[in-house]
Amino acid sequence: MDNGTHSPLVARGAARTLAHLWMILGVIIVAFPVYYVFIASTHSVQTILRPPLPLLPGSEAFENYRAAFSGEINRIGGVSLWRLLGNTTLIAVGIAVGKIVISMASAYAIVFFKFPFRMACFWLIFITLMLPVEVRIQPTYKVMVDLGLIDTYAGLILPLIASATATLLFRQFFMTIPDELLEAARVDGAGPWRFFKDILWPLSLTNVAAIFVIQFIYGWTQYLWPLLVTNSNEMNTIVIALKKMISFADADTPWNLVMVTSVLAILPPILVVVLMQRWFVKGLVETEK
Amino acid sequence: MRRTVFPHKLLPWLLLAPQLAITLIFFYWPAAQAFRQSVLREDPFGLSSTFVGLANFRKVLNDPAYLNALQVTVIFSVLVAFFAMAIALFLAVQVEKIIRGKGFYRTLMIWPYAVAPAIAGMLWLFMFNPSFGTLAWPLRQMGINWNPLLDGDQAMALVVAAATWKQISYNFLFFVAGLQAIPKSLLEAAAIDGATKRRAFWTIVFPLLTPTTFFLLVVNTVYALFDTFGIIHAVTSGGPGKATETLVYKVYNDGFVNLIMGDSAAQSVILMVIVIALTAFQFRFIEKRVHYG
Repeated sequence: MDNGTHSPLVARGAARTLAHLWMILGVIIVAFPVYYVFIASTHSVQTILRPPLPLLPGSEAFENYRAAFSGEINRIGGVSLWRLLGNTTLIAVGIAVGKIVISMASAYAIVFFKFPFRMACFWLIFITLMLPVEVRIQPTYKVMVDLGLIDTYAGLILPLIASATATLLFRQFFMTIPDELLEAARVDGAGPWRFFKDILWPLSLTNVAAIFVIQFIYGWTQYLWPLLVTNSNEMNTIVIALKKMISFADADTPWNLVMVTSVLAILPPILVVVLMQRWFVKGLVETEK
Repeated sequence: MRRTVFPHKLLPWLLLAPQLAITLIFFYWPAAQAFRQSVLREDPFGLSSTFVGLANFRKVLNDPAYLNALQVTVIFSVLVAFFAMAIALFLAVQVEKIIRGKGFYRTLMIWPYAVAPAIAGMLWLFMFNPSFGTLAWPLRQMGINWNPLLDGDQAMALVVAAATWKQISYNFLFFVAGLQAIPKSLLEAAAIDGATKRRAFWTIVFPLLTPTTFFLLVVNTVYALFDTFGIIHAVTSGGPGKATETLVYKVYNDGFVNLIMGDSAAQSVILMVIVIALTAFQFRFIEKRVHYG
């Protein structure tokens, strides 16, 4: 700020205004693609195909969304929009809840019990961090076929609920619980279940909420896995269905309905992140650090 | 280690059982299979397989298509990691100067985190679609022959933009947290000593952010290597030609579409080595962090 401004207050005010301008530009770039698809979803195919697209919502919004929900998506994607949203919600919630349940259970075992190979079990879980689906595509697919899990919800959910990160987080958190608390509970005759239900679970709620948001997003945005283990349109997630609609794109593609589907694929996870922002940001920054 | 634990012997195993079962069936077994297949070669009918040692690896590493994928991956990852981090850091520094409205900006900045990579790619494809994209239209007006479906460099620019866009949110949140942890007194002292804002940033703020930056570098690299499969698959399918075929896309394509098992397995093993190296790097560095954190 050595550009001749004399009063530091004026300089600071100017710097702040400039910062606001940069942030507005940043926000426009970040939010624009989402806004663009939303605007496109409110126009007719003819308007969409004649660029540039108007920057304000059009008059076809009601008609587009009504058509999409009442069977038009069925015609182009082979499956109803309701089914797509239902599938994706089921998978996202299934993965989030599944991860929380099994990683809390294993962290509880590792922290509050003493048994042979305790740390070996921990490492066994931990190392899965280094084995993402992408590095074992083909053999994992074969396992799925052998177990008859292709085109099933179990196949879409189960293999994704093992979670080294969530186990790690719960382990870390459980280790901060003072020994005195456990001693007191045991003196009062509380068993493992009572201790978990009455003491540990209430204390873990913030962490559970944070992990739920992160894993819900993870589940909702899955791509490679559903691509591998589903063939039938009935089992599509909304993301996969959208990709299929676009890849068969031709002159007759009802782009207005594709845009509606895009908006519905984006909106639920955005709502979850924005509404649960407080836990999400805290959880994200604290878990990963 | 805790002093007090529950005395049960069987219960901990029951609690661990689901996680261990899933881990063994869906992670360790397939990974072991990938290793096994990587040293075998199947006959064309899949009836018998013979041990061929490292031949599959030699074949893969001498394959121009693989080397091309390697090069594409490096270029793609470096561009995505650099832009996603640079833009996020710049915006995080700006938002820290602001007093009122921080929450508002943050709310708008975190949207892309919730958007699936494949959909992020589609959004950018809609905007830059050569036939009806609103943003492709001015490019054409300017006389640029814009067609990412035919031009490899333009396709690369499009997937890099989409991948970067999606990752800015994540980096932004971490840089904001990192900046907030820097003691304000240091910056005030620098200001009293007459340091310009720019100088204070490069000599004080940036060095103190190193832990965050390194952490994000690893996370962004892993993201660019693996999580962007959806973007590539949905937008370019590795094309045009093989201009955007990354390593992960090639493993998928060889093992799943073209069904060349031995090669695909060898590629999987190479990717595994890359992930292990990155994870090891990350943890060594986190160990170091503890000392001055």
